[in-house]
Amino acid sequence: MPAPSIRASRLTSNHIGIALLLGVAYGIVPFTGSEYLLDAILTPFLALALAAVGLNVLTGYAGQVSLGSAAFLAVGAYAAYNFNLRIPELPFLVSLLLAGLVAALVGLVFGLPSLRLRGFYLAVSTLAAQFFVQWALTKFGWFSNDNPSGVIDAPTLNIAGIPVSGAERRYVFSLTIVLIATFLTVRLLASQSGRNFIAVRDHEIAAKVIGVPLLRTKLLAFGISSFLIGIAGVLWAFAYLRTVEPAGFNLDRSFQILFIIIIGGLASIRGSFLGAAFIVVFPLLLSRVGAALLGNVFDSGVLEMSQRIVIGGLIIGLLIAEPRGLIALLDRFSIRVFRKPRHANQQPN
Amino acid sequence: MFDYQFFIEVLVGGLLSGVMYSLVAIGFVLIYKTSGVLNFAQGAMILFAALTFVSLLERGVPFPLALLATLAVMVVLGIAVERFVLRPLVNQPPITLFMATLGLSYVIEGAAQLLWGAQVHGLDLGISDTPFDVAGVLISQFDLFAAAVAGALVALFALFFRYTRTGLAFRAVADDQFAALAVGLRLPRVWAAVWTAAGIVAVVAGLLWGARLGVQFSLSLIVLKALPVLVLGGFDSIAGAIVGGLLIGAIEKLAEVYVGPFFGGGIEAWAAYVVALGFLLVRPSGLFGQKLVERV
Amino acid sequence: MKIFKPFRLAAVASAIAIASLLPAKADEQFFPLQSYRVGPYAAGGTGFFGGFIDYLNLINIRDGGVNGVKLTWDEGETQYEVERGVEVYERLKNRPGVAAWNPLSVGIAYAMIDRITKDKVPLITINHGRTDSTDGRVFPYVFPLLLNPYSETSGIVNYIATREGGPEKLKGKKIVVLYHGSPYGKETIPIYKLLADKLGFELEQIEVPHPGNEQQSQWLSIRRAKADYVVLRGWGVMNPVALKTAQKVGFPVDHIVGNVWSNSEEDVIPAGDAAKGYVAITTQASGAQYPVLQEIIKTVYGAGKGNLDDKKRIGSVYHNLGIVNGILNVEAIRIAQAKFGHRTLTGDEVRWGFEHLQLDPARVEALGAKDLFHSINVTWDNHEGDGRVTFQQWDGTKWKVVSDWISPDWAFLRPIIEKSSTAYAAEHNIKIRTSDDAPLSQ
Repeated sequence: MPAPSIRASRLTSNHIGIALLLGVAYGIVPFTGSEYLLDAILTPFLALALAAVGLNVLTGYAGQVSLGSAAFLAVGAYAAYNFNLRIPELPFLVSLLLAGLVAALVGLVFGLPSLRLRGFYLAVSTLAAQFFVQWALTKFGWFSNDNPSGVIDAPTLNIAGIPVSGAERRYVFSLTIVLIATFLTVRLLASQSGRNFIAVRDHEIAAKVIGVPLLRTKLLAFGISSFLIGIAGVLWAFAYLRTVEPAGFNLDRSFQILFIIIIGGLASIRGSFLGAAFIVVFPLLLSRVGAALLGNVFDSGVLEMSQRIVIGGLIIGLLIAEPRGLIALLDRFSIRVFRKPRHANQQPN
Repeated sequence: MFDYQFFIEVLVGGLLSGVMYSLVAIGFVLIYKTSGVLNFAQGAMILFAALTFVSLLERGVPFPLALLATLAVMVVLGIAVERFVLRPLVNQPPITLFMATLGLSYVIEGAAQLLWGAQVHGLDLGISDTPFDVAGVLISQFDLFAAAVAGALVALFALFFRYTRTGLAFRAVADDQFAALAVGLRLPRVWAAVWTAAGIVAVVAGLLWGARLGVQFSLSLIVLKALPVLVLGGFDSIAGAIVGGLLIGAIEKLAEVYVGPFFGGGIEAWAAYVVALGFLLVRPSGLFGQKLVERV
Repeated sequence: MKIFKPFRLAAVASAIAIASLLPAKADEQFFPLQSYRVGPYAAGGTGFFGGFIDYLNLINIRDGGVNGVKLTWDEGETQYEVERGVEVYERLKNRPGVAAWNPLSVGIAYAMIDRITKDKVPLITINHGRTDSTDGRVFPYVFPLLLNPYSETSGIVNYIATREGGPEKLKGKKIVVLYHGSPYGKETIPIYKLLADKLGFELEQIEVPHPGNEQQSQWLSIRRAKADYVVLRGWGVMNPVALKTAQKVGFPVDHIVGNVWSNSEEDVIPAGDAAKGYVAITTQASGAQYPVLQEIIKTVYGAGKGNLDDKKRIGSVYHNLGIVNGILNVEAIRIAQAKFGHRTLTGDEVRWGFEHLQLDPARVEALGAKDLFHSINVTWDNHEGDGRVTFQQWDGTKWKVVSDWISPDWAFLRPIIEKSSTAYAAEHNIKIRTSDDAPLSQ
């Protein structure tokens, strides 16, 4: 169980970097970033990154694959909407927490099969959550306050009497929530529970033998993961899109989040952020570059189709080049550049 | 009063739909059995096969020639996938391979539409979908034809696995990859063969489903119908795919007609998963799946 | 919470305000297009945006723009996904001279309502969108032109009534609505119920789960219910499968009536013979025989500037919808220019144009669109504009109009719409406009 010692040493060496990043994220970006950058890129990036952190807890650390992440995004979004609507006295931050808890509860229920199933059997069975939640949200008008079209419109948020309106405030709000949630997750992963997760992932039977409570550990992983994804769903609905419909939380979204953690790097928090940045920014970049270079030669349909091929090919290429994800690539790169002996720490004992 | 005739009609309809699900599921099983990959690109392969076939047909290529050409394309695709995706990823965890097949599905979907356009096509195989009456129960000729094709395909595979060298190698690899390697079987060759076989299944499934849905992007979504079949029947059993398909088809339709109204209908999308899940809780490796501890 | 101390919002806000008020360099009016030419709905997207662009091109080439103001556009691919639609919105909204947004996607339109209202630019959701946005008192910038989902419902029932020989003949008839399992599909459930109560027909509404590639059980239920008519409220692949399955269970295809998302060539061609005789509602007839289409073929396609790759699709349902959408957008600008001057207009001025978009059959004929669509009569509080509908039958190769122009029962629907829109206004603290409210509205 080498995890805590590694983390401690890595944190110290990364302290300056993190502080620098935070300084830019809080001190510079909100004041200089365009509305486009904040509203269309950074806010969705933050929500997806948090969702990826959540899925990473479950898949990367505890080794349970889920294809139903979008369902928990939806649960979080609709739960926060309903708490906010039906108990107006509730401060929004409380609604946010409650929404996360509701998502965690739903996650526990759909996590039950993990006690008997493994691998792809479990993965496919989490699709039940995916389809059931989407069906229920569409079917029962109560969830969307009987909106004839089943959509929910997020009201403007108020945090301690200050309205969170405008791209900058929404961004800072999302950033703060994501940072707090991520920080707490890192703490949790460094605790005994986190070590239990890894033990279950690496060898279930061995974990059982050394006294890791399987049932509690697996359900805890499902609960924490769904909680985080649920919070991400609230950000998605309230800070980013502001009007959401159940169809927006479809299987493609679940795959997108799974992509983020695989591409970014399993069992790596930094990887989740890196992967989210890649998935959000790269297609946009590709489409803009494609349109600028070849827009006059081909019509937009051909360009988009080619981009799909390029993205698919790149994913395969990345997996081949570095199956441990972008984060491993980055680490390799930084070792080569800075010649820090950090990599030595990461060798499994 | 319980309407038995209607019950039988729903049941028969469900079983025949189930055959169509099995067709898709078999493609998954072939690949999973030998390489442990849940190949999510199977849907894209079905789309690609159907789109290639129908586009050739529309350009005036005669039916048998178009079929041959499509088969040839799928063989090339199968070999290419082995060479450029599977081989470099050998020994990676299953989840990585799964993601790679998702990436692959982007590539194939993009290529299919880039080559043949995003238009919607009709596909007429010349088999009428008009029903005939058997003791008051309507049965579609097309469904029977599909069932016959599925049966023939399974029989063909059974013979192939039993009596040909490649088939035997395939079974050896499915049983134990390392032992197969140790006795000198060449894994890449077996994998290429398996992906080719899955490609051929995709052609058959693509044509039959394409005739039913029209050949269009949504064709790739039918894999979602096959997944509960796989859970129920086991990812690694062809017999399981057939029996699972029949069961899922029947359960899904009966649930929609008799249980659906209590929930306001539309439960088909998740009912199949819930049934498969309930079954798995009792028997974790599916109907016919091998009992093995597997981790991702 | 120190971080929530007021930001320097003012600077940013005023920059945006200036950008949106500043006239474009040369007189140009810009259409940002959230098109989708890839993915499951590509066929609809290429047709609609193709038709829209073809008409804008016609105005530029033939007339040199609208009163000398050139029309420009830029496409952003969305693949019909909401986030990509929002991304395109944020990217293109600060271009000079934005006239109106035309997403042709319910999800994207919903996500834009708050944004365009804040930015004061009209959002056009022709034939679809949020029903209660018909109420211009609550939604000043949203225009579900020609047909909202409730009017569509009423139009379909009125058509069935004419086929039966009058509304009183509907009594005792059985109508089954087969709807797509999505918010879109469910939107009209209460309206069909109300109409069934009012007119005395029996009603059953059956859901098909998305995407709808298997409908055996639903159609067996329809057969058992001994339905006289089936209304198909479908979406994508659900439509051809419905027609095929109907044939399989022996339900007569000419008693299936499709709604606006089940009325295109793409919905029937995959069903082959099973679709022959199928009837569907439309606000715009298909075919290329109308003068405006002939001019597009001659002027635009003749100059090699046509947008459709496949010329056989000229005059198809989605292409013609795009052309009608083009006519409505251009005429709104023309009407607004008559008031504000022949120059680049602001979004708010274009909104004024849409709120006075009144094209009677004579004007429609002058535009070369007689029989393509009937008329429109948008006012400050009625943003739908009382579009008439007609019904078309598929003969195996093309659509043929088989009815007159039918009016939905607007008076019956208006109170229901107002109930929903006032609830929305209350929930969002929106002040309900009156006719002399906004300075620009008269």
